[in-house]
Amino acid sequence: MKAYLSDRMGAALLMAPLLLFLVLAYAWPFLGVVNWSFTLPEPGLGQYGALATDPLVQSVFIRTLRIAAIVTLVSVTAAYAITVVWVRGTPVQRVVAEFCILVPFWISVLTRAFGWVALLSNRGLINTWLQATGFISEPLTLVRNEFGVIVGMTHFLIPFAVFPLASSMRSLDDRVLLAARGLGSSRMRTFWSVFVPMTRSGIIGSALIAFVFSLGFFVTPAILGGGRSVMIAELIYLRIFQSPDWGLGAAISVVLVLFVGALMALLFRYVRPKQMI
Amino acid sequence: MQQPGRAAEIKAIGIGKSFGSFRALDDLTLDIGRGEFLTLLGPSGSGKTTFLMILAGFIQPTDGRLYSDGVDITERPAEQRAAGMVFQGYALFPHMSVEANIAFPLKVRKRSSAEIKRRVGEMIERVGLKGHEKKLPAQLSGGQQQRVALARALVFEPGVLLLDEPFSALDKGLRGQMQAEMKRLHQETGTTFVFVTHDQSEALALSSRVAIFNHGKLLQVGAPDEVYDRPANRFVAEFLGEINMLPLKGVRNADNGATGLCEDRTISLRGNASAVGSNAILAIRPEYMSIAPEAAAGENGIAATAVASTYLGAATRLDLTTRHGAKVTVSVPNEVAASALSKGNSVWLTWPAEKGFLLPDGGQ
Repeated sequence: MKAYLSDRMGAALLMAPLLLFLVLAYAWPFLGVVNWSFTLPEPGLGQYGALATDPLVQSVFIRTLRIAAIVTLVSVTAAYAITVVWVRGTPVQRVVAEFCILVPFWISVLTRAFGWVALLSNRGLINTWLQATGFISEPLTLVRNEFGVIVGMTHFLIPFAVFPLASSMRSLDDRVLLAARGLGSSRMRTFWSVFVPMTRSGIIGSALIAFVFSLGFFVTPAILGGGRSVMIAELIYLRIFQSPDWGLGAAISVVLVLFVGALMALLFRYVRPKQMI
Repeated sequence: MQQPGRAAEIKAIGIGKSFGSFRALDDLTLDIGRGEFLTLLGPSGSGKTTFLMILAGFIQPTDGRLYSDGVDITERPAEQRAAGMVFQGYALFPHMSVEANIAFPLKVRKRSSAEIKRRVGEMIERVGLKGHEKKLPAQLSGGQQQRVALARALVFEPGVLLLDEPFSALDKGLRGQMQAEMKRLHQETGTTFVFVTHDQSEALALSSRVAIFNHGKLLQVGAPDEVYDRPANRFVAEFLGEINMLPLKGVRNADNGATGLCEDRTISLRGNASAVGSNAILAIRPEYMSIAPEAAAGENGIAATAVASTYLGAATRLDLTTRHGAKVTVSVPNEVAASALSKGNSVWLTWPAEKGFLLPDGGQ
């Protein structure tokens, strides 16, 4: 098997269908989008100029970056905890953790967003329960704002953030941890000064996946943000489908793709892709 | 294990460990003296590493008690025992520099930064790693990584240093160099060393005492020459080196030893040999046997024919068959081997009475 895969021609042939698909379904249409951004409504750099000065576009960009950063931090932290249990727990703990990681993949993103609405809305389960037990008198605003968006996105991203972490934890040499303890380090200390730094590449890979995914979220912010917490993908949608301003929508798309590309390039300089998967 | 700078004295009483139905270690009682260099020797799965892990505190024994300087430490967690430990494959912290690796045990003990700096500097000097302080483990050779592991395990002056097959990844030349280095570190620090290996020559070369394990049992403990020349049973005899075994009949005790009949000749043994039954196995190491044209009356000897020889450089290994068909191997000077082979017929194998010993007939 190895011999076949190391053969360059063979490898290229095996990848060809996927490459062809990406070119036809992604690169080619995207070139069309790039074309729009320079030609609609008239040829020139007008849309990029507008993008640089439009306060709405800028505030949506900043909100998107802020939400993506918070969601990345929360989901990677939560994923780290669950991955530790999944990779290093007792057999029973492992099964439970695996279940928690895999189940979200079987439920559509739309169903999950509405599920969160049912939980978080003013008359939702959480507010009803908190009021019934007398903790609060007025319902908390948990949804149709940034908080709701962050909750929904974090929930969606945790399983994706788990995999790079799991592979870095699996490849870790147990004897190094034993060595730390044998040299007098407590479990806590061993975790923070040996275990966490040794999974650095997994953390970076996981954060990259979470952050890049966050930038492109559409369904979750649209439903849980209730129009008040618009993120960049929703803005593109609005520009193209509601106010027919295709040029500006296309320009935003191009900037977003370039931004993600730059981010990936920067990270690949520090972490080899192999270490992240 | 608790007072830094002072070698520990360890007492293991009736230590046993089961993994499910598998008995990894059974009823082990052993005293490890202050400042001793003890080697735990045995094939893989013999229980030697399990015992080392119990000493380190990584494995809890299912039976027995463990004492360090008279204090019961059986239940004490590994980080509080703080035996220095060198792992197979070194287990260095890959994200820390050489310096930071060696400083780690002092940092977790919250020593002052001045003390850490001084001690790490001394240790780096002592193991010959000057100039490599800022490198990461991945940038070092196997021997250098080994030195970092030793320095890291010794820097906090543990009462005992535990070593789990530390040289198994090194090539032969480097191995010898590191063995010499470890012996020097043992003398300089005066710490108790407990060393695990499956290499018998390494065990004999390094230790003040050797403990031989098989199937979870401690078979014999003693100085290298003691276990080599007077093995307690057939397993120990064979594990420590090549050995010739000949059936001996009519064994009885004689003054200061025993006598018996081997291939119709009377053989005498002197020293610790004593008859346990009328039949026994007579065992002699190949290097104690010599080739002679004739055996004098009263001298130990049997007749044999040389069948093959292997040139080893410094000596020649000669395979012979006795008159009764037993196979014997001897190690002899090169010219002796040549003449023995050229004769093509009978020669005599002789050996001093104090070099033969008795093993029980059959089984172990």
